[in-house]
Amino acid sequence: MTDSAFATALDLIVGLDPDLLAIVSLSLRISLTAVAIAAALALPLGAALALYRFPGRAPLIIALNALMGLPPVVAGLSVYLLLSRAGPLGSLGLLFTPTAMVVAQVILVLPILASLTRQKVEELHGEYAEQLASMGISRVRRIPTLLWDARLALITVMLAGFGRASAEVGAVMIVGGNIDGVTRVMTTAIVLETSKGNLPLALGLGIVLLALVGLINALAHLIGESTRRQLG
Amino acid sequence: MTTMTLSAPASAPRLTLDRVGFSTAGQRLLGPLSLTLDGHRRTLIMGPNGAGKSLLMRLAHGLLSPTQGQLQWEGSAPRQAMVFQRPVLLRRSALANLEYALAVNHVPRRQRRQRAIAALERFGLESLAKRPARVLSGGEQQRLALARAWLLEPEVLFLDEPTSALDPAAIRAVESAIETFHQQGVRIVMSSHDMHQARRLADDVILLHRGRLVEQSPANLFFSRPVTQEASAFIAGELLD
Repeated sequence: MTDSAFATALDLIVGLDPDLLAIVSLSLRISLTAVAIAAALALPLGAALALYRFPGRAPLIIALNALMGLPPVVAGLSVYLLLSRAGPLGSLGLLFTPTAMVVAQVILVLPILASLTRQKVEELHGEYAEQLASMGISRVRRIPTLLWDARLALITVMLAGFGRASAEVGAVMIVGGNIDGVTRVMTTAIVLETSKGNLPLALGLGIVLLALVGLINALAHLIGESTRRQLG
Repeated sequence: MTTMTLSAPASAPRLTLDRVGFSTAGQRLLGPLSLTLDGHRRTLIMGPNGAGKSLLMRLAHGLLSPTQGQLQWEGSAPRQAMVFQRPVLLRRSALANLEYALAVNHVPRRQRRQRAIAALERFGLESLAKRPARVLSGGEQQRLALARAWLLEPEVLFLDEPTSALDPAAIRAVESAIETFHQQGVRIVMSSHDMHQARRLADDVILLHRGRLVEQSPANLFFSRPVTQEASAFIAGELLD
């Protein structure tokens, strides 16, 4: 059974099965959008946290660190409560749409990006602070400078965020509802197909997901290595 | 090298330190000391490690505030730049490092490239324009830091042991760059523990020891007729402790 399931799975991948492709492409669209939105918010936020001292900074950093481990089902539940008919944002009618799934993934990814960005930028600023102060550069102006100079480390950070977004199942299941052709992504499809006993599709998706995660990690590693060589 | 049209400012910047001291965690690291820096001169701050040379430069440059005493420029503070012992260069090309300095100094975008290239040429770095700054050799990095300081058009240039980690050829290049600043009328304040360098470069010498000002005098007097015992010992090459 498993052997033939594996063969069928490979057939689906090699034959570019339309169902499989649709699910993979929706997964990528949702996770990439979520990471892009989270990065737009988290990079400046993380850099500001690294540069500014204000009351409540330490609790905020601790909270962000803690939220890095936020269980996806809890994130999903929170967004569900917000978007459900009776919820405060229920009138938007976003529940069980890809948009809701993006929102949930942004919530999952944002703390990771902000927290790691703060660490990287703070480290770099330790090195640059005197020089930048000597040149009379304001704190606000230092944010783009440091983000740009930490760019390669930050790409790795964003890949970590993408890994988290594309691999989680709890949040997208709750707020997306795993509706065929609308909100079905790789992880939710794997759960469903497995429970239905349709192992070939589940396995095919699993292989694609695994390959994707492997690719991301390889990319992160290569970028890290070439940075160290190139920029010293 | 092209000659710069900028003429030396009419009056030299003048910095007065009045009983300036710096302490941290209850420990006094410098002072209290009083001195004046003025004239278009090259002042070398000398002394063994831990004497307070770097600290004095950082206080004068404004990177640190004194914990006691007063530090005041006559009139408004002049434009300043500082070159550090280990140059801090951005993770970009040599050219981009210079363009960055111009950008934060509000130089219009279309002038930046040309001025940056001119500065690279002035310091003999034009062939390295596209190279990532942080893979340059120590001497090249320090010259790039000097080129960056040049673009900030300082009236006062602080240099914190700029040659301490360099080989003789690189030291010569850096000293010649410092000479370029000096000829342009830039006030030089530099720390060093190299007696020979001081003899080559200094108009004035300030000798620090254990955070105290031991002696401040014109270089020829300092080397020929030191007043204090510590200065005599230092010049004789004895180890101050």
